[in-house]
Amino acid sequence: MAFVAADPTRPAGPIRRLLRRKLAVLGLVVIALVVGGALAAPYIVAHAPDEQMFDGLTLEGAPMAPSSVYLFGTDLLGRDLFSRILYGARTSLIIGVVANGLSLLIGTIVGLLAGYFKGWIGAALMRFTDLMMAFPALLLAICLAAIFQPSLWIVALVIALVNWVQTARVIYTETSSLATRDFIAAERTLGAGTGRILIHHILPHLLPTIIVWGTLGISTTVLLEATLSFLGVGVQPPTPSWGNIIFENQTYFQSAPWLVFIPGAAIILLALAFNLVGDALRDVLDPTQRGRG
Amino acid sequence: MKKLLASTALVLALSVPALAQDYTPDPAAKQGGEITVTYHDDVATLDPAIGYDWQNWSMIKSLFDGLMDYVPGTTTLRPGLAESYDVSKDGMTFTFHLRAGVKFTNGRAMTADDVKYSLDRVTLPATQSPGAGFFSSIKGYDKMADGSATNLEGVKVVDPLTVEITLNRPDATFLQVMALNFSYIVAKEAVEASGADFGKHPVGTGAFKLTDWTLGQQLVFERNADYWRAGEPYLDKITFQVGQEPVVALLRLQKGEIDIAGDGIPPAKFTEVMADPAQKALVVSQASLQTGYITMNLNVAPFDKLEVREAINMAINKDRITQIINGRATPTGQVLPPGMPGYDPDFKGFAYDPAAAKALLAKAGFADGFETQLFVYNTDPNPRIAQAIQQDLANIGVKAAIQSLAQANVIQAGGEPTSAPMIWSGGMAWAADFPDPSDFFGPILSCQAADPGGWNWAHYCNKDLDAAATAADAMTDPAQTADRMKAWSAIMGKVMADAPWVPVFNETRYTMHSPRLGGASALYADPVATPVNFDYIYVKP
Amino acid sequence: MASYLLRRLIQSALILLGVAFITFFLLYVLPADPVRQIAGRSASPETVANIRRELGLDQPFIAQFLRYLGGLLHGDFGRSYLQKTQVAELIASRLPATLLLMAAGITCELALGLTMGIAAALTKGRFTDQILMMTSFVTVSAPQFVVSLLLLYVFAVQLSWFPVGGYGTFRHLVLPAVTLGILGSGWYARMMRSSMIEVMAADFIRTARAKGLTRARVVLRHALPNAILPVIAMIGIDIGVFMGGVVVVESVFAWPGIGQLAWQAIQRIDIPIIMAVTLVSAVAIVIGNLLADFIIPFIDPRIKIR
Repeated sequence: MAFVAADPTRPAGPIRRLLRRKLAVLGLVVIALVVGGALAAPYIVAHAPDEQMFDGLTLEGAPMAPSSVYLFGTDLLGRDLFSRILYGARTSLIIGVVANGLSLLIGTIVGLLAGYFKGWIGAALMRFTDLMMAFPALLLAICLAAIFQPSLWIVALVIALVNWVQTARVIYTETSSLATRDFIAAERTLGAGTGRILIHHILPHLLPTIIVWGTLGISTTVLLEATLSFLGVGVQPPTPSWGNIIFENQTYFQSAPWLVFIPGAAIILLALAFNLVGDALRDVLDPTQRGRG
Repeated sequence: MKKLLASTALVLALSVPALAQDYTPDPAAKQGGEITVTYHDDVATLDPAIGYDWQNWSMIKSLFDGLMDYVPGTTTLRPGLAESYDVSKDGMTFTFHLRAGVKFTNGRAMTADDVKYSLDRVTLPATQSPGAGFFSSIKGYDKMADGSATNLEGVKVVDPLTVEITLNRPDATFLQVMALNFSYIVAKEAVEASGADFGKHPVGTGAFKLTDWTLGQQLVFERNADYWRAGEPYLDKITFQVGQEPVVALLRLQKGEIDIAGDGIPPAKFTEVMADPAQKALVVSQASLQTGYITMNLNVAPFDKLEVREAINMAINKDRITQIINGRATPTGQVLPPGMPGYDPDFKGFAYDPAAAKALLAKAGFADGFETQLFVYNTDPNPRIAQAIQQDLANIGVKAAIQSLAQANVIQAGGEPTSAPMIWSGGMAWAADFPDPSDFFGPILSCQAADPGGWNWAHYCNKDLDAAATAADAMTDPAQTADRMKAWSAIMGKVMADAPWVPVFNETRYTMHSPRLGGASALYADPVATPVNFDYIYVKP
Repeated sequence: MASYLLRRLIQSALILLGVAFITFFLLYVLPADPVRQIAGRSASPETVANIRRELGLDQPFIAQFLRYLGGLLHGDFGRSYLQKTQVAELIASRLPATLLLMAAGITCELALGLTMGIAAALTKGRFTDQILMMTSFVTVSAPQFVVSLLLLYVFAVQLSWFPVGGYGTFRHLVLPAVTLGILGSGWYARMMRSSMIEVMAADFIRTARAKGLTRARVVLRHALPNAILPVIAMIGIDIGVFMGGVVVVESVFAWPGIGQLAWQAIQRIDIPIIMAVTLVSAVAIVIGNLLADFIIPFIDPRIKIR
């Protein structure tokens, strides 16, 4: 899905090839802005994200519309929405990186072991993966979130427990085909240990896939966190998350639409950015990979 | 499970009901017309022994009757299926004289055997009635509960129109219990025919009968032409639509598609509705018999220290919390809501004073505050209120982490001895089952309720007050009513001296109806038949 | 083929058993006591104990699970703890609404996705193609609750074209179906685009063009039928995504399907309903995957049955 055809006469490194794609660059810029905003939040905002200001509500208790004082308006507790959105970016990014890293780790280990050991270990692992595939993911996540009293880290763990399956399937397929290749057989006859083969010979070949899935997975993770928080079983207040901002304010979506659609736009923008970069990476690193993420 | 029973001027009707005031029919009321009512949650069951929800409470009242009843729109007892009753001198035996000629909607005449059957059924463990405990003062209840008897020893059929009920202890609230849904009379053969599905195929003696139920979508009630109260009810047909979001329901009400939004006016639409005089005229408001409070678990340090509990009481800005919910409540400082007998209008409680709270906390040895947890039910506006409480606590140095969970999880944590240090009661707050102060003590502040699994989430246990409560409830003579209420005011005053709660506010209920509906405002804010008394409202001709 | 089918069926049954076991276990360790919910606030300790015994919840975990499985074998999903109704009856009364919504959602998804994909393929590399592909990325990046609230705000509240929620008429169906359709449409657009580009480059298309057929005729009669089949075969795999989506969409649009039932049951820990909805969803997902596995090789001979 190349939008800018690569110049075949000049071989270039993957990063250069990535930077030649306009959409990927756009995605990288958005990610950079969100990361920058999240990190610099304390220096940008005028009000702390959990400060409930007396003049942040009308006397009847209604929120304030966006204005020069409150750039994005205030929420139902009289807090500055701009500040909550910036700090909420921290939540999304932390969940994105931690939950996705964890699910990538689980998925890679399961896929690698199942793909390399064809015997009962592989069969057992893949049947378990099939089982997880048959779970309605959202229902499972809600049940898990209810069992552990939710905190930022528990939400990350729950998402990882639900999300590793796709990665495992992809890594499994790749490992299975790699394991039958001649150079692996050669290593084995040369007496290389299993651990050495897995880490030094198979894993490096999987790296492009892991990078692509890692990037696309952040987008899925951000969306799942937002959905869980939207249902009230995600990140706990007063820690702002884009999903729980919408959860807290959703009944006001007609009278105070900014409270729902500004965080909504933020979620879409960040998920889109990671999807754009991930897709470009897939083309750049491994043009044979196609399919649903 | 919210039942809000409100009262303005309650006279405990322990006198012979023939003397009690009854309802004066609305001269403008005409029979006829159909209305549509919406709710968000599905209707769970219409079995009077089991139904205990916001929406099925008044539906069951329209389908069934009890021995006792309330004057519509009030909390005054009046006779129901019992025309009259006698009480023995010691207050331990009640003899109910049933009305002749009352028929179930299946055509059969109701008799004393049905009363006995219904009371046996509700106390039988197999029925799984959440209200079985209300009947614990009837002789033989204990044997029913432990499974060693299959019928209540204290309930006797004297003749087809006379039932005698013997108690095991004097109980000033017994007649209220006989007006509670759980005591309503069911037709034995219908229960046996439907088995566990009786709640889907109810047969009672009520003003309406169920004619259609499409699960998850709608229920249709039609007028019972043989209803024993002549000329009642007024409506021909009521359609209850379920699964409707409160915001959506209100929009439909504004467009004239429905007549009553059963879940009330959602906060997001409240300011808009109240700003428009035409719409405001259709809104009925009523202070409910409910208190919203924060519990502090006495089993968990540092809430074992009285100074700490007092300091927390002074730290909460109740006016701000009321503002957050659009002023739909009145801040309070005591356990009982206004309108409940025993409420003490002169009792002020702790005033908002963060500086004094901080000083008190320092005196208790927590100058730098402490860390704790605040549990809250995760539906709007409760997480918001919890965050306002959290900010107030932070002002005196107390760092409270919020645990916003499903209702079942909060109730579970609250019932365990040390799981939940603090709970904001919103959404699960105590609302009276019947208008009597004892219902605000036994289940939520007594030593028994502090046992694991109980609803005394502060785990507050004061044996002296338990004894005082038992003594107050033994005052069954109607002449003692005033003394009894004084005793209850004193008990509640002593509770607040120990400060296991921060009473925050008493909610006001707002119901809106379509302009074509008629009937006194009190019917749309009925304290007993919540949210609306369907038997007495009518469509304007 | 027959033995492969049998093996897959047995595997599927085992997967469902596993799903049942894990869900039952999760609900068992859930820190909330369903009996407390049923008993209500005024219940005495003996009432609570009685209800627990009546429901068999005082039994050890394995005994409870085996009893549940025994019921399942007789088609008995148990009774809802709070609604007291047969769960099978509750599911049956709500399944038609969910199936209708899913059918409409899949129709929307295909209509949007395939149109976008075909248009993009035919304008490959040009501006339209880039805009369409960008749109496909946006649709897969938009959470369903944001899309549903946005559609509600614009088309129901502001423009009043559609009702704000509810069930019964075609107008009620449009917004929730479009919400469900939008998420998947991006994936279908991209699959359709690659499939179409691949087919357009095939020899038989070049032959057809060489014969002097019009471009429209080549596309409609020759390219489209060949490109579309492999894409449509993916619907089976899509069912899992849909089952997750209905919980959110049905809640927002007050649609009386099993997603709404599930969400209400989760909030009140009505275990028999949660179990049943999870199992019904898992069955749908497993059937969807089976269909995909059997249909794809049939349509696309390049893929062989293992």
